[in-house]
Amino acid sequence: MLDKELRSMIGDVKDGRMDRRAFIKRMAAVGLTAPLANQILALGGVAMAEGAQVYKPTKRGGGGALKLLWWQGPTLLNPHFATGTKDQDGSRLFYEPLACWDPDGNMKLVLAAEIPSLENGGLTADGKSVTWKLKPGVKWHDGKPFTADDVVFNWEYAKDPATSALTIATHRDITVEKVDDLTVRILFKKPTPFWADAFVGAPNTIIPKHLFKDYMGSKSREAPTNLSPVGTGPYKFVEFKPGDLVRGQLNPDYHMPNRPYFDTVEMKGGGDAVSAARAVIQTGEYDFGWNIQVEDDVLLRLEKGGKGKTIYAVGGDTEFIALNFTDPNTEVDGERSSMKTKHPLFSDPAVRKALSMLVDRESVKKAIYGRAGRTTANFLNGPEKFVSKNTSWEFSIEKASKLLDDAGWKPGADGIREKDGKKLKLLYQTSINGPRQKTQAIIKQACQKAGIDVELKSVVASVFFSSDVANPDTYAHFYADLEMFQIPLSQPDPSQHMRRYMSTNVATKENKWQGTNFPRWVNKEYDAAIEAAESEMDPVKRASHYIKANDLMFQDTVFIPVQHRLKVEAAANNLRPIISGWANETDNLHDWYREE
Amino acid sequence: MSQYVLRRLLIAIPSLLGISVVLFVVLALAPGDPFSELATNPNVPPEVQAALRAKFGLDDPIYLRYLHWLNAMMHGDWGFSFVSRMNVDTLILQRLPATLYVIGSAQILALLVAIPVGVYAATKPYSLFDQIANTFAFIGFSLPTFFTGLLFILIFSVTLDWLPFVYTTDVKATGIHWVLEMIRQAIMPVAVLGLFQAASMTRFVRSAMLDVIRLDYVTTARAKGLGQATVIVKHVMRNAMIPVVTLIALQMPAVFGGAIVTEQIFRIPGIGSLLISSILSNDTPVVMAVTFVFACLVVLFNLIADVLYGWLDPRISLR
Repeated sequence: MLDKELRSMIGDVKDGRMDRRAFIKRMAAVGLTAPLANQILALGGVAMAEGAQVYKPTKRGGGGALKLLWWQGPTLLNPHFATGTKDQDGSRLFYEPLACWDPDGNMKLVLAAEIPSLENGGLTADGKSVTWKLKPGVKWHDGKPFTADDVVFNWEYAKDPATSALTIATHRDITVEKVDDLTVRILFKKPTPFWADAFVGAPNTIIPKHLFKDYMGSKSREAPTNLSPVGTGPYKFVEFKPGDLVRGQLNPDYHMPNRPYFDTVEMKGGGDAVSAARAVIQTGEYDFGWNIQVEDDVLLRLEKGGKGKTIYAVGGDTEFIALNFTDPNTEVDGERSSMKTKHPLFSDPAVRKALSMLVDRESVKKAIYGRAGRTTANFLNGPEKFVSKNTSWEFSIEKASKLLDDAGWKPGADGIREKDGKKLKLLYQTSINGPRQKTQAIIKQACQKAGIDVELKSVVASVFFSSDVANPDTYAHFYADLEMFQIPLSQPDPSQHMRRYMSTNVATKENKWQGTNFPRWVNKEYDAAIEAAESEMDPVKRASHYIKANDLMFQDTVFIPVQHRLKVEAAANNLRPIISGWANETDNLHDWYREE
Repeated sequence: MSQYVLRRLLIAIPSLLGISVVLFVVLALAPGDPFSELATNPNVPPEVQAALRAKFGLDDPIYLRYLHWLNAMMHGDWGFSFVSRMNVDTLILQRLPATLYVIGSAQILALLVAIPVGVYAATKPYSLFDQIANTFAFIGFSLPTFFTGLLFILIFSVTLDWLPFVYTTDVKATGIHWVLEMIRQAIMPVAVLGLFQAASMTRFVRSAMLDVIRLDYVTTARAKGLGQATVIVKHVMRNAMIPVVTLIALQMPAVFGGAIVTEQIFRIPGIGSLLISSILSNDTPVVMAVTFVFACLVVLFNLIADVLYGWLDPRISLR
């Protein structure tokens, strides 16, 4: 039904009977929006529009210095080696992708001349290739022209395992070929509904062939340009001190008119989030502070009569509690949480449901995340067209208690519920991080009232997220009953995110805990939904598969979503930064300006 | 004398080797790896993370890794940072100027405050000046630097708006303005660190002076008719300085090692902040290099202190 309606709407947009904005609104109404609604239009034969431009300056430069404060400074400036978003953010000052994402999830042209669509021949109906036209006349900072060879080179560079690029996953399964000097074609092995991964966004910016071609493979670390980038971006490289400072100055030959506005840019690293907020909002020493993960009370206090404000961007990041479907306390063949075991308590669905009712998402929002959080029942919270409307959540200690009573879990002499000699005692782990420990405390309290004993554990982040096979405290070992963290949705598409939990990806000793399915949840229906989604070219059907996958997780209570988290940044009152929840903070830096 | 120095240097070699073994083993046994940030990045599959571990040799046995490191170090190759893929020596040299400037100034400030105040207080024990100096010294070393640092920021940056609290290494000015700006931004960190050091050092100088000032030869010197200044400076101070020199010499490595907390609060890109960020990201080569250099400096400055004893007090012979 939805399918038919959508097709007629796409027709309306094509013929100009409905405008694009109205279309996106309708999409939102039926549970779809922004980034992919646009891709729907692209596949439906309507060219993907560029996001609305609000850029006011009428000449290049003259904006003085732009001072950015990244409390974790970039440690390297080669996008292919970026270990974290901070490195991508730093590289993005100088390097550019073919296109980036605007705040609404629209694709925005950078080095590409037009957005691929079925109509301009950029896309094919079988979804197995994308053809990008490059902007003519773009020059690298050293004056050499930017061509298709550079794009092809980036693919060759990254896909070579000896280079040890961290972007290898994006590049190893595709083929990139040069059509002519200003055209490249990406070929996929199988139909790829979300084609905007390689060469799009800050993680996939393009480095120059002429400066890196001698440093492919095992010599990649020796390239002098790893530390002094020569890109195509709005700012030219001046100075870099790892972890401390990145400096750039206006590129007079930049390929976009009237841009950039600022004469110099400076990205300072170090310190902590609270003092970064203070330096931007309260004293105005800096113009922009990155990732201000600070309690809302503190921010509200700083904002009173301050020189700056906080800004928020909606993306798809979900803070969740994962439930272990295997037994963390029984060792089988030298492995706890083995697939050969079943969790003694969670094998009863009533226990999982009751736990979900004991997570007071509203209180967590009020007490911890404030304006930077939204309550949700879903694991998948974006882009909106993939967000399920079939789910709901509630917090009720009474209902949870009743559910447990009915399932035969009766309080023992110590007030802790038990059944068949098994006590409801849970180990709940997370990484060390202020908001997480506070959330743990809120949930523990509610559980206690319902007769569940919760033991809290917190692990240093560098251990919790490490791939150390020998360490039992990593999130992938999951030697606990519950664990809480977040896996960011780094692009406006859920495919990578949802594929993690297929039953083939279970983390075990055999695969050195490299499997991504750490709850070790196995569901045939889920596997089928993901497989269907991955080869489905019809955007609406594809979205419905992901919604179904989310709902299956909800029914089985694999995850208890705690909060849909927004990006929080601090900016000077007169700065007009453009921040997208779907992209790195510096992805739209060329459009930033200051209100006079 | 030169024989003494040579012998001490030779003894230092096995102790430095021992230190490096201990450091290396402790770091190798510490949990975590430098690629933890990748874990939650859906674009980076876990096998990429594992391949990087193998490539950087993190899966080799500890003794092999140690021998590799030692061999490279002998050849002057400090290795490269896992996090920034940059040579460790470049990384350290880049951070050294800020540390030397800020921590060095703080030490000088500490000496400039501690020695005159300590000496004067000792010449008039239990006077009003001595009481006040003692009170401030107690307050000074009871308050941790992270507290005074935040207090200074709140007073001088937030409320009064006189001083910046983010330290920048590239001050955009030339000539005298550059110098002034460099001084302005260093005032708070230098004051926080310097006064903290000065507090305990004042107590130390005072008690060292008191020990000497009561001795008979001081009375003799006075009886000869020497002036107060000469007695204090030439007769008392020179002897009282021996323990103080030890204290200062042992603090000198800290000038190079940086001050972790203060550097973090004021965002000073020094060795201390390099060390802490490397520890947090499990960047073993950098942590190893910084701590090892630190160990070498401790050994070296101990030697310098011993040599200085001979100069301050010719009765101590170095054999």
